[in-house]
Amino acid sequence: MAAEFVSTGSRRRGFWLMLPSLLWMLGLLIIPLGLVLVVSFGRRDTDGNVIYTFTLDNYLRLIGFSRTYPCGSTPPPCFDPLYLTILWRSIVLGLQTTLLTILIGYPLAYFIARAPASRRNVYLFLVLVPLWTNFVIRLYAWIIILRTQGVLNTVLGWLAGLVNLPFQPLEMLYTPGAVLLGMVYEFLPFMILPIYTSLEKINPSLYEAAADLGANTWRTLWRVIIPLSMPGIVAGTILVFVPVMGTFIVSDILGGRQVILVGNLIQRQFLDARDPAFGSAASIILMVLTLAITLYYTRRFGFGEEITSA
Amino acid sequence: MKYAIEMRNVSKRFTTAAGTEVVAVDNVTLEILDGEFFSLLGPSGCGKTTSLRMIAGFELPTAGEIYIHGKPMDATPPNKRPVNTVFQNYALFPHMTIGQNVAFGLEMERLPRAEITRRVGEALELVRLSGYENRKPHQLSGGQQQRVALARALVKRPEVLLLDEPLGALDLKLRKEMQLELKKLQREVGITFVYVTHDQEEALTMSDRIAVMNGGRVLQVGTAAEIYERPVNRFVADFIGETNFLKGTVVMATDEPDRYLVRLEGGAMLMASCEHPLQPGQQVVVAIRPEKMHLNGSRRFGPYADNHVHIPGRVQEIVYIGTDTHYDVALEAGPIVRVREQNSGVFSPRLALLGEAVSVSFDAAVARILVD
Amino acid sequence: MKHRRPFWLYLIVVLVYIFLYAPILVLIIYSFNASRVNVRFEGIVNIEPCGPFYWFCQLSRNHEVINAARNSLIIASISTLGSTVIGTMAALALQRYEFPLKRFSEGALYIPIVIPELVMGIGILVLFTTVFRAINTALDLQGNARLGMGLGTVIVSHIAFSIPFVALVVRARLHGFDRAIEEAARDLGATEWITFWRITLPNIAPGVLAGALLAFTLSLDDFVITFFTTGPGATTLPIYVYGLLRRTITPEVNALSTIWILLVFLLLVVIQRVQGQQR
Repeated sequence: MAAEFVSTGSRRRGFWLMLPSLLWMLGLLIIPLGLVLVVSFGRRDTDGNVIYTFTLDNYLRLIGFSRTYPCGSTPPPCFDPLYLTILWRSIVLGLQTTLLTILIGYPLAYFIARAPASRRNVYLFLVLVPLWTNFVIRLYAWIIILRTQGVLNTVLGWLAGLVNLPFQPLEMLYTPGAVLLGMVYEFLPFMILPIYTSLEKINPSLYEAAADLGANTWRTLWRVIIPLSMPGIVAGTILVFVPVMGTFIVSDILGGRQVILVGNLIQRQFLDARDPAFGSAASIILMVLTLAITLYYTRRFGFGEEITSA
Repeated sequence: MKYAIEMRNVSKRFTTAAGTEVVAVDNVTLEILDGEFFSLLGPSGCGKTTSLRMIAGFELPTAGEIYIHGKPMDATPPNKRPVNTVFQNYALFPHMTIGQNVAFGLEMERLPRAEITRRVGEALELVRLSGYENRKPHQLSGGQQQRVALARALVKRPEVLLLDEPLGALDLKLRKEMQLELKKLQREVGITFVYVTHDQEEALTMSDRIAVMNGGRVLQVGTAAEIYERPVNRFVADFIGETNFLKGTVVMATDEPDRYLVRLEGGAMLMASCEHPLQPGQQVVVAIRPEKMHLNGSRRFGPYADNHVHIPGRVQEIVYIGTDTHYDVALEAGPIVRVREQNSGVFSPRLALLGEAVSVSFDAAVARILVD
Repeated sequence: MKHRRPFWLYLIVVLVYIFLYAPILVLIIYSFNASRVNVRFEGIVNIEPCGPFYWFCQLSRNHEVINAARNSLIIASISTLGSTVIGTMAALALQRYEFPLKRFSEGALYIPIVIPELVMGIGILVLFTTVFRAINTALDLQGNARLGMGLGTVIVSHIAFSIPFVALVVRARLHGFDRAIEEAARDLGATEWITFWRITLPNIAPGVLAGALLAFTLSLDDFVITFFTTGPGATTLPIYVYGLLRRTITPEVNALSTIWILLVFLLLVVIQRVQGQQR
């Protein structure tokens, strides 16, 4: 039975309740994004100010065709795949991070979801605690661990000493591997939480039913559990992939100046290089890329409520 | 004022999300007397809950007028109406104690603290829950929660108490107990009760008068006996208790008013009454309650023995249910009827065996001719 | 429901937890490091008057840190208050009412979740610089009167990215809300306003609280948006630590991190306890 509470002018009331959020989203999200789009078609003057015009130069430059800037020593117009390489590197890193967080996070999420109810909250809590310690501080910890004279090399050297092996400290900091490690570390909880939420919803008798029908553990996992937890994996993928694509401090701090991602590229255009027009074009490309991938993903697998749980 | 509640040509139409219009209540006119226990009875979706919600003020009628003690309600909000509601799932405030729940309505009236405390105590005593003031709703059993909901509404001393399937969530035994308790309570406090239920037995047990609803319309209003004994149409006869329906054709009207001679399928003739005017040749349905039918002349008929009807058939099923035994008899003309024989003797023998040819008999005076 | 979980699963679980906590442990241990350059662990520091807590004492005399911490708290508190109120209103509107622009509003609220924070930060940066420059030129403002980035811009931006999260969390809570109790309140004589304050709000309070908590931690933790919207005098702790990372890192940073971690841990434990008691 349609039980609508009677209140006069409820349409107006809903609108008024929504208005502050709408204004905020309009003023700090939609208008800014529109501005970025406008600026991305502009040009910089010699002082780094934006000249509003309509040119596709910034986008062309991003995909390699430079019309106004030299490519190394070659004068323009010229072809330079530098930015394409950066974009490609960012996407690959995003995918690698997502895949690794699924591989590492799934078993833990599964373990927590199958633990006795009384202990689940504690296990979850333990996953959450690192998340609430500061992002930058966590990166700093990895510097201490990874650097040449750092914790990991000390431990490895000590282990090598135990078995009388010669040990040369490994160069781990400021490598692509360090950046990947940092990304996985920073975003792992965002994968574990939604997967846990979807696993926890699965009726435990399904495990028994699958076993009863003769499925072994692996087949149960593959044919029953993983398909049912797909919404969690989708939500986790969005929660991990999107921020990884847009993060610049992980590569900044753990990659030194060696690993440049699209995030670093954008950041530099606004601070060091002072070319906001080019940076805006790169931002638009980044946004379109992540939105496209997210949309494809949600269309394909559906958008679960799991995303809210994190 | 004579009527506690009057509904005058009240309709309620909803527009669903799909855009289609649904008529939940269709031109209902009802008069509920002061101090009576009045039930709205019908299957789910018949409009009974919507009617109650309109009286309470949660919904406004699309057309028509509702009066409470003669005052037109128009768009009066729920908090300004002299009625209170006991909700289907009690709707107790989960964050408040029992005492706070019951006190809430009095606080809204800005009564002095001392009076609130006194009246809350009285209300809880009335429902036999004294001493539960500091418990939270979830610490109480379903029956206790039900009584809190009752106390919370009654403490306001409403002119009319509206009850929306208040016993629906209770188990059978508790429900029976609560039925009697509610009825007793209503007599004690003397407030008009408007009671919504889909349980016909509940309505028959408790009500002074019942309105049977279906498809948004009121089909019949009357006392339990009136509705049971003299249902106005096939729906009411079918919905209230068990009924056997036999098809027949009107042969002719008799000299007596409202009495007609009807030929049943299979040829048996009988004289029965009907409030509607009937034409010879018209197809009708004759309704007879199972307990008013008998096997093999097991019951002797009174002075009108000449007006009793015998129909041959064969026993298909025998069900012993303690107080009675049911015999399902397939009549030669086709339909299967149920005959209910009371097991009133010290030793009640079976009146027939499975598969045995029997004759089903009844007094034509108990049969009702129904048009639809 | 006895299920034997395989040994390797336990192994993975233990390794993942070690992975999650190793950096945090290292941070805490190094906040007692004797070495000033903080490259190797050279034993526990012991300099009077603070003994092993030397770096904590140094920290407490560091005005920059204290200012940054204060800024972080001011920003987090105000933006939490703002986004909780606005986000709760949005959740109520979306869950309960039909109104013009509803689909659009719902979509707009999802944007901050599905686009990278960096893009949002750049957008806000471009907006503020453009608007401020226009105003400063138009009104010919000079010196201190010139509009620029600062606490205000950071707070406004933090509210913007927190609103959707608050709205989502509160909406989830509203979803399971039995509206009959609101009708019961109206039936017992309460006006809509009283019903909201005495019935609705107390019952969605856990959701509102969870939303507020989320907003608070998002704000405290935020680096990217703050990075692009901050200005002179509005340095937050993450920004400050980021600045330090590009210079020499002394164990003071570790001391700061240790305090931070302990505070967060305590806060979370308290919250868990409170929630536990409510059930």
